[in-house]
Amino acid sequence: MGENSQQTLRANELLLEAIRSPEQLPMLSNADWELLIRVARRVRLLGRLEADLSSAGLLDKIPAKAADHLRASRNVIQHRKTLVTWEINRILWALKGTDVPIILLKGAAYMMAGLPPAPGRLFADVDLLTPEENVGEIEEKLVSKGWYKMQLDPYDDRYYRVWMHEIPPLRHRERGTEIDIHHRILPRTSRLKPDPALMIGAARPLAHPKLKVLCPADMVLHSLVHLFLEGDPVEGLRLRDLLDVHLLLQHYGQEPGFWEGLVPRAKQLGLARPLFYGLRYAQGFFSTQIPESVLLDIGGSRPYWPVRALMDFLVPLALLPGHPDYPKPTASVARWLLYVRSHWLKMPPLMLLRHLSYKAYLRFRGINKKVDLAQLDLRQQ
Amino acid sequence: MRISDCTAVQLKRLLKNGEFNVQLGPFHIRIFSNIASLVPLLSQLYYFYPVVRQDSISDLHIKIAYPRGLRHWYRKQAVFSIDGGQAFAPYAVEHAFPALEWGINWCIATRAHHLLMLHSAVVERNGNAILFPAWPGHGKSTLCTALVFSGWRLLSDEFGLVRPEDGMLLPIPRLIPLKNESIDVIRQFCPDAVIGPSFYKTRKGTVAHVRPPEDSIHRMDEPAKPRWLIFPRWVANAPLSLEPIPKSQAFLMVATNAFNYEVLDQTAFRLVTDMVKDCDCYSLVYSDLNQAVTAIDELTRSNHG
Repeated sequence: MGENSQQTLRANELLLEAIRSPEQLPMLSNADWELLIRVARRVRLLGRLEADLSSAGLLDKIPAKAADHLRASRNVIQHRKTLVTWEINRILWALKGTDVPIILLKGAAYMMAGLPPAPGRLFADVDLLTPEENVGEIEEKLVSKGWYKMQLDPYDDRYYRVWMHEIPPLRHRERGTEIDIHHRILPRTSRLKPDPALMIGAARPLAHPKLKVLCPADMVLHSLVHLFLEGDPVEGLRLRDLLDVHLLLQHYGQEPGFWEGLVPRAKQLGLARPLFYGLRYAQGFFSTQIPESVLLDIGGSRPYWPVRALMDFLVPLALLPGHPDYPKPTASVARWLLYVRSHWLKMPPLMLLRHLSYKAYLRFRGINKKVDLAQLDLRQQ
Repeated sequence: MRISDCTAVQLKRLLKNGEFNVQLGPFHIRIFSNIASLVPLLSQLYYFYPVVRQDSISDLHIKIAYPRGLRHWYRKQAVFSIDGGQAFAPYAVEHAFPALEWGINWCIATRAHHLLMLHSAVVERNGNAILFPAWPGHGKSTLCTALVFSGWRLLSDEFGLVRPEDGMLLPIPRLIPLKNESIDVIRQFCPDAVIGPSFYKTRKGTVAHVRPPEDSIHRMDEPAKPRWLIFPRWVANAPLSLEPIPKSQAFLMVATNAFNYEVLDQTAFRLVTDMVKDCDCYSLVYSDLNQAVTAIDELTRSNHG
């Protein structure tokens, strides 16, 4: 095995082991801590390690330098949580007088419903799901209360409005925070077409009368859709999304009826394939406890073996960060291939060709979009 | 071991192997570079800095190197990256050193959220520190350099690092980047200071780096207690004025000029409140550096006992 492969393996094992058994972390050497911090930062799981160590009361059992990094990450996460909580408060204020149901998605949902993925998870924006016929009304209300529609170039704007499952993000004038309003969980053009009405109908209420979250099975499925279909060509598949799935399965697995209903629900929504992959890799990476009957049941939705073998080869490469000093070219290719695959599933071939050529043309035209350091105000970061 | 214990050949090899591992205050920074022109600069300006022991944890992994592939040959550029990811547009290779210095500051400002980071110069004498929070162009680096060569210890010319546990200021005595006219001003004020070469036409004009005095670097593990908050402003031909200001005003000026006040939320509010309570707060307008240094000296002596 070459140096690159060995280092990749070491970095990935270190990260997965840290997530699987945080109680072992105090035994780590300084060299391992140094690498773990770098890879966990890359996949944005530093906060997760902090949350796990802190709930086990082990934060003062690790090297002070490592603890500094974890604490820094916790402070940022805590700050984002404050922002998101306040943003939800403001959204509810702006939507006073409407009866439109607001379903929180992803991070905001985990936080407001107090679910296990929430601690240590980095939050970005607020994602909402609402029936398509209500989108206009919500957008209008928010715009009249201080949010504005972000200026996109005509291509992107059209892309959003005609093809997408969400409208262009709204940003608040003073706070700068963004809201993504979805009317379905996948683009209109997608080959997978989970019926949004079914998902909205099954949503569960939260303490606040206007807020809801997806029902457990739908939440797991949405998380998987996000994992496999919303990748990034450079970053790859997001390990933290798979970890969300693992934690949700562990949590909801205790609820009576959850496991029995999961596969039928996936089939009903046409998401059996993403569920197959999700269960397979959650079990593979995080040793998720899944009942035999569920695995048997979802086995019927597995792809033919060559596809399975290819995915088994690509997914770990795209999902795991590797060693920052020993980048693997095959991992970059895998990330790119899975990105193309996700688009393939979301768009008809001709449209995909047009879209990717246009994006490639943009990249070619503006070869370097990297920001100039001197123009960055350090205080804004 | 210190950088001064390494020969140029050793430094070059360390840089090339990514084993150049230096302590800058609370941070251990590992630098990788294949740009040979950095070696004499680091050897001169980082002379007193301690080399980090190989078995301790490094906080930042920075690379400043020629781009890979064809671009290496047709354009002489330096690319700054952190943890293998390119953070900024490439620099002209002649500006690799100032780019490295800025880049390190950027990395600290965007990552070290376990500390409250004020945008302020900090110097110390007899265990008591003065903070000089200021906006760019207000002459905080120049004033700070003059004080540091007049018997004060440098904690930082840029970061007021406040430890949340006890509100103490952590030193991070980095090189002081002087801009444009201040370079000559400082050459005249303290002819003994070691100042690196001037880099012309950088994105911030002409820049030259002052090496902090040996004592400041030796004592970089020694925190200091905040005692004075002085808000400096250089105004051409202005008569010297050093006037007390209300604490409420000082609070706002410190809080709104921090790198991560919002991120630390209640902790930041508590730390800045305590700091403003414990400090005497002044506004300083100056045009003559000697006058300013004398005035600060008198103020802090009379106030001290």
